[in-house]
Amino acid sequence: MDATEDEFALLTETGRRKLPTPPQQNNHGNVIVSLGSLCQRLAEQAEALEIDVFPGFPAAEALIEDGKVIGVRCGDMGLEKDSQFGEKPGPNYAPGVDIHAKLTVLAEGCRGSVSKQLIREFELDKDAEPQTYGLGFKELWQLPEGRVKPGRIEHTLGWPLQSGTYGGSFLYHLDEDRVYVGFIVGLDYEHPEFKPFEAFQQFKHHPSVKQLLEGGEIVSSGARTVVKGGLQSLPKMDIPGAMLIGDAAGTLNFAKIKGVHMALKSGMLAADHYIATAESSGWDAAFRKSDAAKELKKVRNIAPGFKKGMWFGLVNAAFETVTMGLAPWTLKHGKPDWKKLQKLDEAGDVPQHIGERDLPPKDRLASVYFAATEHDESQPPHLKISDTDICIDRCTEEYGNPCERFCPAGVYEIVETDGERRMQVNAANCVHCKACDIKDPYEIITWTTPEGGSGPNYQNL
Amino acid sequence: MKVLLIAEHANGKLNPSTAKSLTCAARLGDVDIAIFSDSVDAVAEKAAALDGVKNVIAVERAENANPLAAVLAPQIAKLAEDYDAVLMPSTTFGKDVMPRAAALMGVPQVSDIMDVAGEREFQRPIYAGNVLTTVKVPDGQKICGTVRVASWQPAPAGEAVASIDKRELDVELPSHTRFVKLEASKSDRPDLQSAPVVISGGRGVGSKENFDIIYRFADKLGAAVGASRAAVDAGFVPNDMQVGQTGKIIAPDLYMCFGISGAIQHVTGIKDAGTIVAVNKDPDAPIFEIADIGLVGDLFEILPKLEEAIDAEKS
Amino acid sequence: MKILVPIKRVIDYNVRVQLKRDNSGVQTDGVKMSINPFDEIAVEEALRIKERGDAEEVIVVSIGAKVCEQQIRNALAMGADRGILVETDDAVQPLGAARILQKIREEEGTDLVIMGKQAIDDDCNQTGQMLAAISNLPQATFGSKVELANGKATVTREVDEGLEVIEVDLPAIITTDLRLNEPRFVKMPDIMKAKKKPLDVKPLADLGVEMPPALENTGYAPPPKREGGKKVESVEELVEAMKNKGVL
Repeated sequence: MDATEDEFALLTETGRRKLPTPPQQNNHGNVIVSLGSLCQRLAEQAEALEIDVFPGFPAAEALIEDGKVIGVRCGDMGLEKDSQFGEKPGPNYAPGVDIHAKLTVLAEGCRGSVSKQLIREFELDKDAEPQTYGLGFKELWQLPEGRVKPGRIEHTLGWPLQSGTYGGSFLYHLDEDRVYVGFIVGLDYEHPEFKPFEAFQQFKHHPSVKQLLEGGEIVSSGARTVVKGGLQSLPKMDIPGAMLIGDAAGTLNFAKIKGVHMALKSGMLAADHYIATAESSGWDAAFRKSDAAKELKKVRNIAPGFKKGMWFGLVNAAFETVTMGLAPWTLKHGKPDWKKLQKLDEAGDVPQHIGERDLPPKDRLASVYFAATEHDESQPPHLKISDTDICIDRCTEEYGNPCERFCPAGVYEIVETDGERRMQVNAANCVHCKACDIKDPYEIITWTTPEGGSGPNYQNL
Repeated sequence: MKVLLIAEHANGKLNPSTAKSLTCAARLGDVDIAIFSDSVDAVAEKAAALDGVKNVIAVERAENANPLAAVLAPQIAKLAEDYDAVLMPSTTFGKDVMPRAAALMGVPQVSDIMDVAGEREFQRPIYAGNVLTTVKVPDGQKICGTVRVASWQPAPAGEAVASIDKRELDVELPSHTRFVKLEASKSDRPDLQSAPVVISGGRGVGSKENFDIIYRFADKLGAAVGASRAAVDAGFVPNDMQVGQTGKIIAPDLYMCFGISGAIQHVTGIKDAGTIVAVNKDPDAPIFEIADIGLVGDLFEILPKLEEAIDAEKS
Repeated sequence: MKILVPIKRVIDYNVRVQLKRDNSGVQTDGVKMSINPFDEIAVEEALRIKERGDAEEVIVVSIGAKVCEQQIRNALAMGADRGILVETDDAVQPLGAARILQKIREEEGTDLVIMGKQAIDDDCNQTGQMLAAISNLPQATFGSKVELANGKATVTREVDEGLEVIEVDLPAIITTDLRLNEPRFVKMPDIMKAKKKPLDVKPLADLGVEMPPALENTGYAPPPKREGGKKVESVEELVEAMKNKGVL
């Protein structure tokens, strides 16, 4: 579907004011596609070139030998549910295979677990600002006839978020009376009682949006974190034997709220580099010299401007746009997202409007239903909490268990049975967004790869 | 239209699926019921008492002692020569036998008839009931089908009025299939998947020990016991009791749930239940959006009262 | 002994099936497709029989468009020896499928056919029984345990009343129920090996099978939505309401 028209607007609780569309949001010449369908199509093209694609075999960890990445180890299949470290094989146990390669290219997307391991072990981010993230939600709706304007793209800022919380919405009008409606919230939000999922749902009830959606039906829904640190947070993208590309490194252009073009481009550049040099070293330098990096440089100060509030952010964004990022300074992000949460006793009122809601989904579980997520429940939970005592004692007191709120899928639940509170991890609900791995204030949650084939079954999302 | 319904029976009794299938069969035309057994008399009497049956065709033969598809199918195909339509209940019995008979007759089969949509047109579920489809049997072809029993009310029984016609069929029967034994389900409670009444508990029940009151109530009603995923995850009950999307999809006549909020994943598993009764202390619980009868309140107070009331009804 | 395992390509079990906008059928664009789960169990059972030394060859067969090769390759990666695709772009109903399978069964001279009790798309639960009928062979449907000895199969069947055990002479047709086994995970090296295993594509038209009369699909609809009923105020009212509904 070709993009036809853009609108950029600022929302108040009942109002909607059009703003001039920033050039980054001009989508003329762009197309609206389902990312899932795009990936399927790319895989078909690769297979036509006799490249082996192995869906259902997640790379669980990098294999490192003498300071060099020599490949990846796939996850085990068929472990017993209570197996902590792979020590309890079930009757159908199949150990994950090791794949050795001259070059391993990590294209895991935002907060990839192997990329995370490598960034830590090789200190790839030591010269970069901390990475910052956003949590995105997306739903595909089927609407009554005649409401959509195919190709129209709308973005909003403002309500229901308050000035200190960074985020906004997108609405893509498709053909056949369908729209994508979505919302992104910066995971650098500070109040531990803030609920990103509810912010998205509340947005849908803005009069200007509700009139579009009301009477329609959800076809599909999902959630995923995105990287938004930009150029200043980009880790070094090469290691002996391996390269990071796309959002595994963090090439997304947050001013555009678009990462796919950058991901594709970084993949192509990486290939060019390897063909020319037959090694991974130099890839980071090659990327930083590219036009893709120039695009990131221009917008580097836009996202961090918003940490001083929406108005400063907008004015700063206008300045940065006019000057095309030529200002001599580079704004910093400050602390990583997980350190940004304030403790309950210092947090004050929750900066969030929670009002009436009658559009589906009713709650997180209903949303998960539309993600068609599935994990064989006989496998060990793929979300590891290193110390659940912290959840029950310290976290409850200090932060009020924010995992129950930032997780869009209801994975984390403090359950009380017979007067005793405990952390219940409903791993089967997980939609693989990885917000928990990023935002948990003690860094005790680790997202690991579940059994191959598990996860959401997004349809045309 | 002349319709032949094959009865399901055991130990001299008709299976309830027969009376339900009869209601469907009667929508097509005049119904004869066929009984295959090594001893037909008792069952034939009962079949003759069902409202709307014209004739009972009783085929008594030693080989018919146990319902083996390979043995029954050729007899059904032979008998069907005089009929326009042949139906069986969509139980494991009918599912096993009917396609074999239809293939011998060289005609397609309509499985799981939910509704009669036209003279030769039927509605049936596909994709585990997530989609309904209507299919038409081509003109001039014999109609063969199985009846989704949960979709039909049983035909009432009255005086035995239908004539009983003992028939000998000149059909050669194979010996390649032999019955060995039938082990009835061991559990004291009926099977969750096929029980007409199911009592379920959710996280609201609170603990493994508390679940005893759910079991006790179920036993009072002779019901099977189910649970929501939340109750399973909390460790109150084993995994195989889970009702819903990732558990069992069930369609009992009566489903009563206590302390279940009614997440969409649970509701998917009971959407074909006859009557849903919900007790939950949260008046906004989504279960009330689909329950036929709802009662807001504490299940620990309500259940004992309900038991008393049911005792009173029984006596 | 040769075992034939018919498999069907269906919308994956975990996909939320949706009707097309105009109710003309089910949405299949961009939808994950898999081997029918009951057929996967059948493949697993055949492989276990072969691994016990009771069979020499496991042949998988599918009927449908060229894309069904993906599912055949999948079964080959599980361990089946070779595959056959009876290629047709037309929808084939159970009786037609049974006739095609009968032809393949004869050509291959297989002693045992193991297949799913039903496909999770059309939920017909007919093809195995029909194949047995037109082959004039015994059938053992809904199998949850299969034992082979002395040219006979002893099969435990999951029936509504409990577990029924029957004995059938081979050759025979066995259909699988959920509890028969848990299929193995496919291993990556086996996917590579499967690419080199033989896969015969036979156009349906060349098979010389006369296709039988078929049912005509005249429409699709979503299941009716359940509407909530009334809330009652007390246990007495609840009992009364249940009596009125005839459920007490």
